[in-house]
Amino acid sequence: MLTREMREILLTSKETGWVLEPQAKRFFSLAGLEVPRYFLAGQIEEAVRFAKSIGYPVVAKVVSPKVIHKSEKNGVEVGIGNERQLKETFDRLSKIEGFAGVLIEEMVSGVELIIGAKNDFQFGPVILLGLGGTWAEIYKDVVLRMAPLMQKDIDSMKRCLRARPLLEGYRGAEPVDSERLNKLLLTLSDLVMSLEHDFESIDLNPVICNSSRCVIADARIMLKK
Amino acid sequence: MNLTRLFKPKTMAVVGLSLMNERHPANVVYNKNNLRLEAKAFPVNDRGGVYHGEKVYVNVSEIPETVDLAVIATRAQAVPKILGDCIHAGVGSAVVISGGFAEMGNNELQERMVAMAREADFPFIGPNCLGIYSPPHVDTFFIPSERMVRPEKGRVALISQSGGVLVDHMVKLAGEGVGLSKAVSIGNKALIREIDLLDYFSNDPETEVIAFYIEGFERNEGRQFVIKAGGCPKPVIVLKSGKTPTGGKAVSSHSAALAGDYEVFSSVLSQFGIVEAKDEFELIPFCEALCCYQKPIGGRVGIITGSGGHGALAVDICLSHGLGVPSIGDQDQRDIREKVSTRIQSIASFANPVDLTGSAVDDDFVAAANSLSHNEEIDCIVVLLLPYLPGITSDLGARLSQIYRQAGKPMIAYVPHVEKYLMFVEGFQLNGIPVAHSIEEAVHMAEALRRHQPC
Repeated sequence: MLTREMREILLTSKETGWVLEPQAKRFFSLAGLEVPRYFLAGQIEEAVRFAKSIGYPVVAKVVSPKVIHKSEKNGVEVGIGNERQLKETFDRLSKIEGFAGVLIEEMVSGVELIIGAKNDFQFGPVILLGLGGTWAEIYKDVVLRMAPLMQKDIDSMKRCLRARPLLEGYRGAEPVDSERLNKLLLTLSDLVMSLEHDFESIDLNPVICNSSRCVIADARIMLKK
Repeated sequence: MNLTRLFKPKTMAVVGLSLMNERHPANVVYNKNNLRLEAKAFPVNDRGGVYHGEKVYVNVSEIPETVDLAVIATRAQAVPKILGDCIHAGVGSAVVISGGFAEMGNNELQERMVAMAREADFPFIGPNCLGIYSPPHVDTFFIPSERMVRPEKGRVALISQSGGVLVDHMVKLAGEGVGLSKAVSIGNKALIREIDLLDYFSNDPETEVIAFYIEGFERNEGRQFVIKAGGCPKPVIVLKSGKTPTGGKAVSSHSAALAGDYEVFSSVLSQFGIVEAKDEFELIPFCEALCCYQKPIGGRVGIITGSGGHGALAVDICLSHGLGVPSIGDQDQRDIREKVSTRIQSIASFANPVDLTGSAVDDDFVAAANSLSHNEEIDCIVVLLLPYLPGITSDLGARLSQIYRQAGKPMIAYVPHVEKYLMFVEGFQLNGIPVAHSIEEAVHMAEALRRHQPC
């Protein structure tokens, strides 16, 4: 399941204790999951060039080994509409502690989910599906199942979510791509079973799902000490 | 490990008997088994002597018969040597009542016993426990006979990490008339753990329901447990303590914060169809209900009542627990109407709940139950019985159980449990229909039959 590059990502992150966002996204894209088009820019010019190539609006996020929760450090800017705004943002983010670059990403819209995993002491790897975003811990709308997941587990996870109507297309919205969401959950389930000895927890938050895509907009892997 | 000699010993040694202190646990255990139970008991004490005219053996190896079970109640430091003696003498199993092991930080002492027992394939329960209640063979609980409340012989096996919780639940089972096959207090569960007992009781023909009180599992042990329990054809019930986080644990990710230890525990139980009793008030009724019906059901409840208010309350509770209350089809409604007594035909309601009104008689309840029993949209029938209705008799329990026996659709009754109405309660219970103390409890029982399936 794990390719050599995936193993290397884990190995090189051992020291920090967690896999930083760009590497984590690379990790999940190697597992066959979708991430937004992104570019890690060290210089303003690179950021501008990439933004122009994919088109505005874009998202900019700080990359720093010192920052686990980016939004708590004001390290995320969404909906950047033009070059001037991008430059201002870059400037601001570059002053954050441990600055190691800015991640420029395409904007994806849809339902924000949290999909995660925890290596539980008593039960081993468990998978979590919930209503995502910055306020995930406030809403606490999550469903947990022990991995590996069977199809029936995935069905019941989606059914048990209070936010289920959002998945099924709330108020005229199109339903999210169920197949892609299933695939994401199954792939994560396979991954955590092979990472049993390496990981402590995984946050894919948010995963943005719409009628055609399920995109991992942010990812983090906390490793075992 | 083979636990047959542990649960059905023909002979037992009680090690640590005191010639001075009649209240010593070993004396209590020796006396009750010697006088009241089938296993032949031999007293053992390293100083020998005579106790109540019986020879006290200095060592288990001196006992002239093959010993199936040794109950050890000495100070902790002496236990490993005694355990060694037992293994050497060919004793079949042991219960170590003594405390003073891992629970006091003496891990090494405990580990030494485990290593010896593993090597010799020698099963022992404990240490720091009450041990085994396995009538009519043996009872190693050091509770004086006259103070024990013994549930009648039945089909629930109860396994508990805490001896106190176990004895308390035995009292409650007895109070509710729910029978017990065996009870085990596993204490520090150094060698024999929940999983081993799950294995044993899965294959025990006397046991139909396996209930656990669990404080926690070792690393990854919960995973093994749920996989095994999920595959067990008998219902498994778990009451868990330690639900609230102890705090102080720094959590660095959303997932770790959202997936607390108890949240995981509870979710995984339901994922595997294991029934979680949220508190002690649920454990006993769940044992009662699952003893009557072992086959998992769907979540569609049919309600029969003699009072509209009771019906409405029951619907609310069903819906808030994710159970459905499907409405009854027109044709079926007409059929019930035709079969009930003429005086209620125009005042009763035949949708779901079927409200037969305060003028109903036994025959009306029977007619409604008969119809719902053959209704494919209904998985389980809840009968809200008000014993003060003038037309109802204590015969009803027996008559309704007859319908269950013919149609096979689980039925749960609610009867207020006061002295005056116990005859109604018994009418159901003696005929194998579980009876709840409240409307809410009746619905919880239905949910338990559904094995707490997630959504």
